[in-house]
Amino acid sequence: MTRYVVSRLITAFALVLFATLVVFLIANTVPGDPALAALGDEQASDPAAVAAFRAIYGLDLPLWEQYWRFLQRLLQGDLGVSIATRRPVLDDIVDYAPATLELATIAFFLSLAVGLPLGILAAVRRDSWVDHAARFVALVGVSAPTFWLAFVVLAIFYGHLDWAPGTGRLDPIAFPPDRITGLLLIDTALVGDWETFHDAAAHLVLPSIVLAASTLGLITRTTRAAMLEALSQDYVRVARAKGLLARVVVTGHALPNAMLPVVTLGGLAYANLLTGAVMTETVFAWPGLGRYTFRSAVAVDFPAIMAITAIVAAIFVLVNLLVDLSYALLDPRVVRK
Amino acid sequence: MSAAAEPLVAARPRPAALRWLRRYGLATLGGAIILAWIVMAVLAPWVMTYDPNFVDVANRLQPPSAAHWLGTDALGRDVMTRIVYGARISLSVGLVVVLVGGLFGTLLGAIAAYARGWAEEALMRVTDLVFCFPPIILAMAIAAALGIGTVNTVIAMLVVWWPKFARLARSLVITQRSLEYVEAAQSIGFGPVHILLRQIIPNAVGPLIVLVTLDLGQAILVFAGLSFLGLGVVPPTAEWGAMVAEGRELVQQWWVATFPGLAILTVVMGFNFVGDGIRDWLDPHARTR
Repeated sequence: MTRYVVSRLITAFALVLFATLVVFLIANTVPGDPALAALGDEQASDPAAVAAFRAIYGLDLPLWEQYWRFLQRLLQGDLGVSIATRRPVLDDIVDYAPATLELATIAFFLSLAVGLPLGILAAVRRDSWVDHAARFVALVGVSAPTFWLAFVVLAIFYGHLDWAPGTGRLDPIAFPPDRITGLLLIDTALVGDWETFHDAAAHLVLPSIVLAASTLGLITRTTRAAMLEALSQDYVRVARAKGLLARVVVTGHALPNAMLPVVTLGGLAYANLLTGAVMTETVFAWPGLGRYTFRSAVAVDFPAIMAITAIVAAIFVLVNLLVDLSYALLDPRVVRK
Repeated sequence: MSAAAEPLVAARPRPAALRWLRRYGLATLGGAIILAWIVMAVLAPWVMTYDPNFVDVANRLQPPSAAHWLGTDALGRDVMTRIVYGARISLSVGLVVVLVGGLFGTLLGAIAAYARGWAEEALMRVTDLVFCFPPIILAMAIAAALGIGTVNTVIAMLVVWWPKFARLARSLVITQRSLEYVEAAQSIGFGPVHILLRQIIPNAVGPLIVLVTLDLGQAILVFAGLSFLGLGVVPPTAEWGAMVAEGRELVQQWWVATFPGLAILTVVMGFNFVGDGIRDWLDPHARTR
C-alpha cells in the first residue's frame, strides 16, 4: 500500500510539473501578444513603450529562462503579476476563489443529494415511472447548455416571477461582511449578521441549481448504470434467495459494489463544476474564478492564464490521486495488481 | 412482491413492436431530430425567406408572429432564420472536431497498445498530460491566444479533444489483442498493420461508435459555450451560442435567447438518445434483459 501511494505521488508531481511546462509553452508559442493587448492602440504603436513593457514583465528573455524564472517564483508562491489588473495573480486568485468555492461546494452537494438517491431508485425500480423521470432529468441535465439554463432560470424566477434575487452575491445595497474566510455564508454566520446571511443564501439558490444541473445528470446516469450492473450479479441473487430484506440487499450488498464508478465520477464532476462555473458566473455576474479566468483569456493575460491553468491542473491531478487512493480503499484488488 | 425482486421473475412476453418501441423508441426519436436538423441546415437558403444577416431596425425585438415565427432580435433579424443557418456551423464544427480528434486519438491509442514498450509509455503519458487540463479552460486559453474565429476555435478544441479516444482505443485494443483470433491471424502470417487495421479495429469499433455519437453532442455544446463567451465565431455570424449571448440581457424579449438555446438542447439530446440506443443495441446483456 505504501509503495502504491508513493509511486502515485511521484507520478502526480511529475504530471503537475509537466503541466506547467505545457501551459508555459502554449502561452508563449501562440501568436497573441500580451504587450500589444495590454497597452492599447496608441501606446502599442510606440516601439519604445512596447520594449519597456516587455522588459518589466521579462518578456524579452529567452524562453527557457522565462520558464525557469516562472518555476522559481512558483515555488515561492509568487504567480506573477496580472497584465490586465496589474496586481499579483495570487492576490487576485485569493480574492476570487471563495466565491467559486462557495458556489461549487453547494452545487456539488446538491447534485449528490439528488443524483445518488435518484440513480439508485431508478435502478431498483427499473422501467417504472421513477426510472423514466430520472433518465429524463439526467438527459436534460447533461444536454442543456449551462449558459442558456442560467438565462432561462434568471428570466423566469427573477425577471417574470420575482421569486429570486438577481445577479451577484449580495443585494447591491447590502453591506458585505468583513472578510474572514471569504465565504459569505460562514462570515455572516460567524458575526451573527442573519439579514445578510439570508441575502447571500437567496443569491446562491439559482446559480447553484444551474451549476448542479450537468453534474446531477452525470451522477444520476452513472449511479443508475452501476446499480443495474451490481443488481444483476450472482451475489445479489444469493442474498435475495437467502430471504434478506430488499432494503438490505440494495444498501448492504449492491450499493457498496456500485460505488466505484461513482467515486471516479467525483473527479469528473469537479471538472464539470469548474468549467460550468465559467458559464454560470458569467451570466450571474458572480465575482469568482470562472469569470476571472474568462476575462484573463479574453485579455490574453498570460501570467493569469498560466497561474489558473496550472492551479486547476494541479487540483485535477490531486483529485485524481484521491480518487485512485479511495479506489484502493474500496477495492483491495487495485493495489495487488 | 417487492419491486426489487422483479428481475428474478420471467417477464411476460410483450408484442414485438411494442418491445422494439420501448427499447429503441428514444433512439429513433433522436435520429429523427438530428436528421431534421441536417435537412434544415442543408436546405437553409431555399426554405428560409429571410437573410440571416438582414438588419431591419424598424422591426426590432418583435415577438413571435406569423411573419417572424420565432420573433426578431435587437437588430430586427429573423431569429428562426438565424437558428436554421446556425445549425450549419454547429453541426459541421461538431463533425470536424469529433471525426478529426477521434481519428487522431484512436490511431494514437491503438498504436500505443499495439507497440507496447517505451512507445506506449511515451504516448500514454502525453495523453495523461493533456487529460489533466479541464477541456473548456484549456480551449479557452488557446482560443483566446489564437484570436477569435471559427477555425481557431476548432483548432483549440482539437487540442483537447483526442485524449479520451486514445485512452478508449488503447484499452479496447489491449483487450482484443489477447484474444485467440489475433494469435490465429499472426500464425497464418498477417503483418501487424493488417492485423491492427483489418482485424482488431473492426472488432473493437462498437464502443468507439458510441463515444463518437455522444461526443458529437458534447462538441456542439462546448463550441456553443466558447461562442457564448465571445471566443467562437466572428459577429455577425449566426451561431447558437453567440445568439444566446446577444439576447441574455433581454429578459422581457425572452425569445431572442430562449430559442437558440432550445436548438442546442434538442440537437445534443438527439445525439445522446442515439448514442444510448447504440450502446443498448451493442450490449448483449441489455438486449436479452
